[in-house]
Amino acid sequence: MNTPALKEWPLWEVFVRSKQGLEHKHCGSLHAADAAQALHMARDVYTRRQEGVSIWVVPSAAITASNPDDKGELFDPAADKIYRHPTFYAIPDEVGHM
Amino acid sequence: MYTQAMDIPDAAAKPAGVSRTPDAQDAAFEARIDADGRIEPQDWMPEAYRKTLVRQISQHAHSEIVGMLPEGNWISRAPSLKRKAILIAKVQDEGGHGLYLYSAAETLGTSRDQMLEALHSGKAKYSSIFNYPTLSWADVGVIGWLVDGAAIMNQIPLCRCSYGPYARAMVRVCKEESFHQRQGYEALLVMMKGSDAQKAMVQDAVTRWWWKCLAMFGPPDADSPHSAQGLRWGIKRIGNDELRQKFVDATVPQAEVLGVTLPDPDLKWNEARQHYDYGQIDWAEFWATVEGDGPCNRERLATRVKAHRDGQWVRDAALAHARKQQQRKNKEAA
Repeated sequence: MNTPALKEWPLWEVFVRSKQGLEHKHCGSLHAADAAQALHMARDVYTRRQEGVSIWVVPSAAITASNPDDKGELFDPAADKIYRHPTFYAIPDEVGHM
Repeated sequence: MYTQAMDIPDAAAKPAGVSRTPDAQDAAFEARIDADGRIEPQDWMPEAYRKTLVRQISQHAHSEIVGMLPEGNWISRAPSLKRKAILIAKVQDEGGHGLYLYSAAETLGTSRDQMLEALHSGKAKYSSIFNYPTLSWADVGVIGWLVDGAAIMNQIPLCRCSYGPYARAMVRVCKEESFHQRQGYEALLVMMKGSDAQKAMVQDAVTRWWWKCLAMFGPPDADSPHSAQGLRWGIKRIGNDELRQKFVDATVPQAEVLGVTLPDPDLKWNEARQHYDYGQIDWAEFWATVEGDGPCNRERLATRVKAHRDGQWVRDAALAHARKQQQRKNKEAA
């Protein structure tokens, strides 16, 4: 199988877990020839000051993103469903914390 | 998200009439800017806004990369192992800052190769401050204290830039920049407790760098046509003159503690303004350096181009290795 000719190293998205118990968070991107190199470079570029205990790298082209033009139809329907929030319900004070 | 390469469903596949008219897009963009909202890579933006950002962010990235050179000059000559380790860490940070910023610029649809080509051909500018030589070890301290100090003044407001990826990159940069300034100032404090020759070295470096640092904030707002539009778009948050004044006000007391004289006979406290007054900046020299006639312009660019060319075989080899590994994997799977 032929890989398409590339002059530039492909782009990777970098996610870092800042400490055990927390989620991996997107922190930036970088160019690298392959996954192993992307991990090495991510360590040097994004964790020079102990910012992480674990790194994920993902080829940027592998991410499917929602289209900003669809923001309305995707997210607005949640705006009028305030009954999904606990504060929608009035509970008598004497019930105490619920 | 930092990239343009992501797979966004094809807009052409949407039914006709759904996508907004140019006027409506423009109005939505303006409204978001007016409400101090943020713009993200996939959002619609006016071509001029995109162009301004590509220019500013890539110039900023180039400055970080070229900025490694004047200080790199002293890595092999640092006076102690401690100072050498600190300087290596600082120069590595500058390289990292360049990488954050190139990534941020790439989200606007330009490629790394295009940006490097613009730098190497001399088409793109970088901060003029790096076109001056570092003549003594004291220059390394002064660059940390004054050059990075001025850069911090410039960069802190950029953390609130209207373009999300640039703002996020600047948050990371600013966190690291404080170390740069403090290590420089501390190195100078140590020298000022040393011999007369060391003290003279610090004073000489301060004298040579002071005016160049004031010029780093750019021409006065009145002569800076980009300034007003940048402020309007929330790319810039504070004008050149105000930032320069803040820098002067912050630096004068630091110079007093250090025991050095800032080379400006007009520098004095103005009780009415509650600011320091300062003298005239030599803009002719500034523009000559911007246009390529500073003492080190040619040398800096030549060094960058050589480093990039010398690294070409490494980049090619890494890519060839990655392809081979992939092919081997595919064969095994078949």
